[in-house]
Amino acid sequence: MTGRARYVDDFTLPGMLFGATVRSPIARGLLRQVHFEGDIPWKEFTIITAKDIPGKNCVALIQEDQPCLAAHFVNHPEEPVVLLAHADKCLLEEARRAVRLEIEPLPAILTIEDSLARKQVVWGEDNLFKSFNVDKGDVDGAWTSADFIVEGEYSTGAQEQLYIEPQGMIATANPRNGVTVWGSLQCPYYVHKALAVLFGLPKEKVRVIQMETGGGFGGKEEYPSMLACHAALLAWKSGRPIKIVYDRAEDMVATTKRHPSRTRHRTAVTRDGKLLAMDIEFILDGGAYLTLSPVVLSRGTIHSAGPYSCPNVRIRSSAVATNAPPHGAFRGFGAPQSVFALERHLDQVAKAVGLTPDELRRRNFVREGETLAIGQVIREKVDMPHMMKRAFKLSDYYAKRRRFAEENLRRRVKKGIGFSTFLHGAGFTGSGEEYLASVVGVEATPEGHVRVLAASTEIGQGTNTIFTQIAADALALDYDQVEIAQPDTANVPNSGPTVASRTSMIVGKLVESAALELKRMLTDSGFLQEGYTPAEFAGACARYIRKFGLLRSTSQYTPPAGVHWDDEKYQGDAYGAYAWGVYVAEVSLDTLTYETRVEDFVAVQEVGRVIHPVLAAGQIEGGVAQGIGYALYENVVWQEGRMVNGQMTNYIIPTSMDVPPIRVYFEEVPYERGPAGAKGIGELPLDGTAPAIVNAIENATGANITRIPVTPEVLMEALEDALA
Amino acid sequence: MRLPETPQETRIQCTVNGRAARFHVHPMARLLDVLREQLKLTGTKEGCGEGECGACSIELNGKLVNSCLVPALHAEGTTIRTVEGVADGERLHAVQEAFIACGGAQCGICTPGMILAAVNLVERHPRPNEAEIREGLSGNLCRCTGYIKIFAAIVRVCQKTGSNQ
Repeated sequence: MTGRARYVDDFTLPGMLFGATVRSPIARGLLRQVHFEGDIPWKEFTIITAKDIPGKNCVALIQEDQPCLAAHFVNHPEEPVVLLAHADKCLLEEARRAVRLEIEPLPAILTIEDSLARKQVVWGEDNLFKSFNVDKGDVDGAWTSADFIVEGEYSTGAQEQLYIEPQGMIATANPRNGVTVWGSLQCPYYVHKALAVLFGLPKEKVRVIQMETGGGFGGKEEYPSMLACHAALLAWKSGRPIKIVYDRAEDMVATTKRHPSRTRHRTAVTRDGKLLAMDIEFILDGGAYLTLSPVVLSRGTIHSAGPYSCPNVRIRSSAVATNAPPHGAFRGFGAPQSVFALERHLDQVAKAVGLTPDELRRRNFVREGETLAIGQVIREKVDMPHMMKRAFKLSDYYAKRRRFAEENLRRRVKKGIGFSTFLHGAGFTGSGEEYLASVVGVEATPEGHVRVLAASTEIGQGTNTIFTQIAADALALDYDQVEIAQPDTANVPNSGPTVASRTSMIVGKLVESAALELKRMLTDSGFLQEGYTPAEFAGACARYIRKFGLLRSTSQYTPPAGVHWDDEKYQGDAYGAYAWGVYVAEVSLDTLTYETRVEDFVAVQEVGRVIHPVLAAGQIEGGVAQGIGYALYENVVWQEGRMVNGQMTNYIIPTSMDVPPIRVYFEEVPYERGPAGAKGIGELPLDGTAPAIVNAIENATGANITRIPVTPEVLMEALEDALA
Repeated sequence: MRLPETPQETRIQCTVNGRAARFHVHPMARLLDVLREQLKLTGTKEGCGEGECGACSIELNGKLVNSCLVPALHAEGTTIRTVEGVADGERLHAVQEAFIACGGAQCGICTPGMILAAVNLVERHPRPNEAEIREGLSGNLCRCTGYIKIFAAIVRVCQKTGSNQ
C-alpha cells in the first residue's frame, strides 16, 4: 500500500551475488558436454553442474525422479543444466548465453495421444505417472436400458498462473551453518524437505523463511523447491549469499502450469432425464516429471462426476508423461479440467433428451443421504435446486434466454446465457490430511499478546486476517492483540502446505483449537475466569509465565469421527466437506470479429459460514476473473514442448476492461467441523467459470465447442462448422 | 544484455517525491532500476519488464508511465512520484485508505502501481464514470482481485471527496 512491504527482490544481503540458470534448448536428448565459450571471464564465475551436488540430485517431493540439474539426459525444454553466479547482472546474462550445451537429440513425446500410444517411453515403463479406477454399480449393464447414449470428448489447455511477482529466492549456505533461504513461496516445509535431501543435511541445518509473496495460485507450491535448491547450491560453492529472481520470460517458459487435459464421456440416460450410467475417461498431460501430478489427477478424477447422483459410474484416469516442462499445481488442481468436460457434456445430454439444461440437472442433483461416484455419502444439507433458483433469479436467466433467442436472429453481435453447477472438495484429497497431521501452535506474552505459529503462508488470499480473527474470537480478544508469526521453519511447526482450499477450514480449525487450549491452560491453572476482560487475560498470561516459564499450546489434526477413505479401493469420504456452486455467465460475441465478452456474471455458492465477507468475495471475484481467462484468452502456444508466447504481450490475461460485473452471493450453511462453521473457498471459482461461459456461447450460437480457451480462431472454426 | 561501453555514465538530476535526487548512471539504464537500486525506492515493482503489467507505474511530470520503459536520461529535470510519495508521512492518501477499506489489495505486488494509476485517475477525473475507471486502470494488471474491489475503492474515494466539496 505504501511500498514498504518487502518482497524477495527488495531484499539484499552484503556481498550478495546473482544467480542464473542455463537450460536445455530442446525437449529430449543425451547431454554430451557443456562448453563455456565466448569472451567471458569464466574464472570470476561460480559454476555449478550436477557433479557439485552434495547429496541426492533430485527435487524431493512425492517421488525423487526430477533432477535438480540434468546430469546425463534432458527430458524437457528449459530443463536446468548449469548454474552461474556473478556480482554483475549484465555480465551474468552474457555468460548464460555463452554456455553451449552439446545435446544429442532423441525423439520426444509432445501430446497425450503419443504418450498413451507409447510412441516413445519417456518415463518409467509405460509413460504413466498414475492411474485411478472408480467403479460404482454396473456401467456395462446399463447401456441396454438407456433411452439415449450421449458421447463427447473435451479438452482444456495449459494455463499459466501469472502471479505478478515472478519466482525469486535468496540463499546463504555453508557446511557449518547449513542452508537458509528466503523466498516467494507457498509451502515452507516442501522447500525444507527438498533442501535437506539435496544437501544430505539434518533437518535442523535447513531453514526456510517466507517473504512477502506476490501471488501464488499454486505456481509457488512446488517450483520454489527447485529454485531454492539452485540458489543454495550456488551459495554453498561461492560462500556468498545468492539471489535468483526470474524475469517474466524465464518464469513463464520454465515453471509449472495447469495440466492440459482430455476427457471422454459416454452417458446413458432415460427418456425422462435420469442419468443411468456415466463412463468417463480423464487424462492429464503431466509433463516430464511426476511432481504433483498424481494428486492433481486424484482431485480431477473425483470431481469428474460432479454433484450428481448416478447409480453406475466408471472412471478411468491417468496422468501421462510428455517432454514438456512438468505441469503442476494451479488453483482448482485438476478439478477445473474435469468439471469443464462434465458441465459441457451435460448440456449435450440435455439437448439429446430434449430437456432444458437446468431441468436435466435438477433431476440428477445429489441430495443429502445419496452417494457420489466414489461412494461418499453426502451428509451435508446441500440444496442445489435452491441455489440454482437463486442464481437464475439474480441473473434473470429465463427472461434473458427467451429475449436473446429472439434478438439474436437479427443481430451480428449474439448474446447468450449459460450456467454450471459443481462442487469442490475442501482440504487434501482422501487421506492426505491424515498423512500430513498438521500442527499449529499458539503462544502468549506476559503482556497478553497472542502469537499464532503456523507454516500457512499469506499469499494475498487473507491467511493472516482470517487466523487473527479466528484466534481473537476464540480467546475473546481484540484483533490487535493477536499477531501471526512469519512462516519460518525455525520458528513455526509444520501446518502443511498452503494449498487445496485448506488454510481456513483445516489449519484455521487448528488455530481455533490451539487458542481454546491456551485458554484452558489459563483457566485450569486458576489464573483466569470466564467472562474476562483483555486486561484480565494479560494478567493471567503474566502470572502463568512467571510460574511455568512458557505459555504455549499446540493442536494437531485428527480426522473427524466417521470420515473414512480407503486408499486401496480408492473409495470413501474423499473430502471432509464440499463447497457447492451455481455460476451463471452472460456473453456477447461478435460474429464478424469472433471476439467474446463476458457481460455479466453471477456466482452463488455455499462455503459454510463466511468468516470475512470482503475477503471471501475477493476470493470469488479473483477466481472468476482467472476462470474467464482460462475460458477465453489464456492460450499457451507450444512448439516442440516449449511455450513460445512466454510474455505478457502475447499471453493474455483479463484486464480491467475485460471483466464483467462479478456478482457474488453466499448461501450460509455452517459446517460444524470448520472454524466458526467455515469450509474451504479458494479454488471453487476456477471450477465453474469456464463451463458456464462456454455453455453461454453455445446458447448464443448453437455451436458445440468442446475445448478451451475459446480464442477467436476456435470460435470462428466452430461457427463455420455449425453453419456447415 | 551488457550495455555498450560508451556513452559514459551521466549525471542526472530530478525531483523524486518532493526531494532533489542526483545519480550517476548509464543514460539508457531503466528508470525502474535507478529508483530501486540507487534510490532504494523498492516500492516500485517489476512484473514483466516490457510495459505490459504496470507494476512499475510511476508519475513522471504528472503522467503515469511504466518506469521499466523509461531510460534514466529521460528523467533529467523531471518531477517523479513513486508509491513512497503518495501518503503524507504516516497519513495515508484517500485512495490508499479506500483500497484497505474495500479489499482492493490482495497479494500487494500490483498495488503500488495500481495506487499510482488510481491516484492519477482521480486527480484527472474527480468523478469518473465506470468506463473512465476501467480505462484508467487498464495498464495495470492484477491477478488476485478480478479488479472488482479496486473499482469499488475508486468509487468510494470519489463519493467521499464529492461529499466534502
